[in-house]
Amino acid sequence: MENTMEIRWHGRGGQGAKTAALLLADVAFKVGKFVQGFPEYGPERMGAPITAYNRISTEPVTVHSNIYDPDYVVVVDDGLLETTDVTHGLKEKGAVIINTEKKKEELLPFLHGYQGAVYTLDAKAISMQALGKNYPNSPMLAAVVAVSGVMKQEEFLKEMQASFQHKFAKKPEVIDGNMKALELTFAEIAKAEKGGVNS
Amino acid sequence: MISERINENSPWQDITEGNKIFEAATSREFCTGEWRTSTPVWNQEKCKQCLLCTPVCPDSSIPVSDQKRKDFDYDHCKGCGICAKVCPFGAITMKEGK
Amino acid sequence: MAVRERLSGNEAVAYAIKQINPDVMPAFPITPSTEIPQYVANYIANGEIDTEFIPVESEHSSMSATVGASAAGARALTATSSCGLALMWEELYVAASNRLPIVLALVNRALSGPININADHSDSMGARDSGWIQIYAESNQEAYDNFLQAFPIAEHKDVMLPVMICQDGFITSHGVENILLVEDNLVKEFVGERDPKHYLLNPNETLAVGPYAVSCYYMETKRGQREAMINARKVILEVAERFQAMTGRQYGFFESYRLEDADYAVVIIGSAAGTCKAAIEQIRNTTGKKVGLLKIRVFRPFPEEEIAAALAHVKAVAILDRSEMFSATGGPLGAEVRAALYQAKGKAETVNYLYGLGGRDITVEDFCQVYANLEKIAETHEITDMYEYIGLRKR
Repeated sequence: MENTMEIRWHGRGGQGAKTAALLLADVAFKVGKFVQGFPEYGPERMGAPITAYNRISTEPVTVHSNIYDPDYVVVVDDGLLETTDVTHGLKEKGAVIINTEKKKEELLPFLHGYQGAVYTLDAKAISMQALGKNYPNSPMLAAVVAVSGVMKQEEFLKEMQASFQHKFAKKPEVIDGNMKALELTFAEIAKAEKGGVNS
Repeated sequence: MISERINENSPWQDITEGNKIFEAATSREFCTGEWRTSTPVWNQEKCKQCLLCTPVCPDSSIPVSDQKRKDFDYDHCKGCGICAKVCPFGAITMKEGK
Repeated sequence: MAVRERLSGNEAVAYAIKQINPDVMPAFPITPSTEIPQYVANYIANGEIDTEFIPVESEHSSMSATVGASAAGARALTATSSCGLALMWEELYVAASNRLPIVLALVNRALSGPININADHSDSMGARDSGWIQIYAESNQEAYDNFLQAFPIAEHKDVMLPVMICQDGFITSHGVENILLVEDNLVKEFVGERDPKHYLLNPNETLAVGPYAVSCYYMETKRGQREAMINARKVILEVAERFQAMTGRQYGFFESYRLEDADYAVVIIGSAAGTCKAAIEQIRNTTGKKVGLLKIRVFRPFPEEEIAAALAHVKAVAILDRSEMFSATGGPLGAEVRAALYQAKGKAETVNYLYGLGGRDITVEDFCQVYANLEKIAETHEITDMYEYIGLRKR
């Protein structure tokens, strides 16, 4: 288990948190990891809070329980902070990554005194700048890769490029935009790390 | 005869897999005429050969050949009396007993 | 070379179906198995396989149509979960007594009520007496591997019984994991074509299927079914051996995990076995205590003697059930394992816990607690919490 990274995603039904978790599993698989990507299931209701999980490891993972003490937490919708204790069980040496248009200082009161690193990312702004549309999944995925170091950034970009080329074979014009969103996110996270991320 | 191969004295090893039956119309071997307590009697003089009786017989016990009915198959007729009821010419009457 | 992939359990089973290319698949959707017929329908629509898909109006009909297709001579299968299996109840028994080599992909989910869509084994455990062979999976890999072995077992001339391939709803069915797929040509060779001895569409043989059997035939028929179950034991192992020769992956009636030298053992079915393995590693690495696991793969036929032999040396055993049977004395696996140990004059203390009902999570820590309980029971020979529910809230 020491070689296993555990990630918990918080989002709302329909926002793509589950898809993002599966995408992360996908890209980690492609760089040779053992992966798990699974949602916590219930009735499917758009807008209701949902949780999804990743285990990413250098060795086979047999555990089939949910994740209670994650290494990283990703929050796709900052509106969840008021009702959900997103940092519950989160390891102090880990980090929480929040998609928000707000300043980090405004969100800290909702993190229940979490002592680890806090990253905020305006995934919407990045997506609008790169793609002209609000698809926050790609930036959030890049953010978790950059913060967790689960794989090398170059490896990630290479696999995502291949994946986009496959996915958007009939719409090649959006490939560059998607790749740009990932690169912009990497730059944002690097900037945040320089500025200090501890809450 | 299937009943010579499989019957109520057969050991379990002799029962076919899934009780499959590899013959058609094995019910012929089972003489339901034995159950009869009332017997239809065919009056050939009154019969117009309209053949209304044949299709209503639940036990296919009114044989037909050359477009004409023959006498009852008493091996299988259970004596239900439907044929007598349906005959418009009074050509079938029910008598007590076999 | 095996194909390295990452698939959900449902995707894995659908992929196995694609590789097998069965003749007929009647199906009706129900969570969490819905994706299986959905993916298969896609394969058919894309022209990748030529399976006849029959969209039916209920599970009563899907199993009826599967029975009909199989009796006609087709290689037929379906998929379902929970209440869908319950609605098949009548036909499950018909399929087994008619000796039809049907395969059912069962994605385990709790039965209502209360209404619940999450994993437990109440659906398949309820069907344990229906005459079907039941094989369970811990992971997506096992669900896939078991599915590839299903038809060769079912269609073996000494067996001719339907097979239920079970996996845990959502936990494996919707969880994506690494998986090794077998190449198409090897699967084709391994599974072969169905070559029915007797079938309704054979113009050269008169045949009636499913006749009425009065009391002077019914009991002899049941004894015949039991014989097929006895034969299945040998065939299941032969097919597993052939599978191992193809893939290197070994299967038997159950998996013994660090059991050989274990003092304390857990007996369990399904995905939670993987969580238990992690607990075992943690306990052995931190305390050196000898803990092990017996993970049931084949529940029907029940490998009674083999289980008793594998547990003969342990001091205490916890049998974990993922379904209630309301005997008020534990769960079905508990009852059968304890009967096996009694018959073999086993010396181990036993305790039967229920866990994971309606999707309740079970963690590595829960298993560590189970092993701690076993240690205490072995020491004191006092069992205070027989039939306890793991993770139950209490006042």
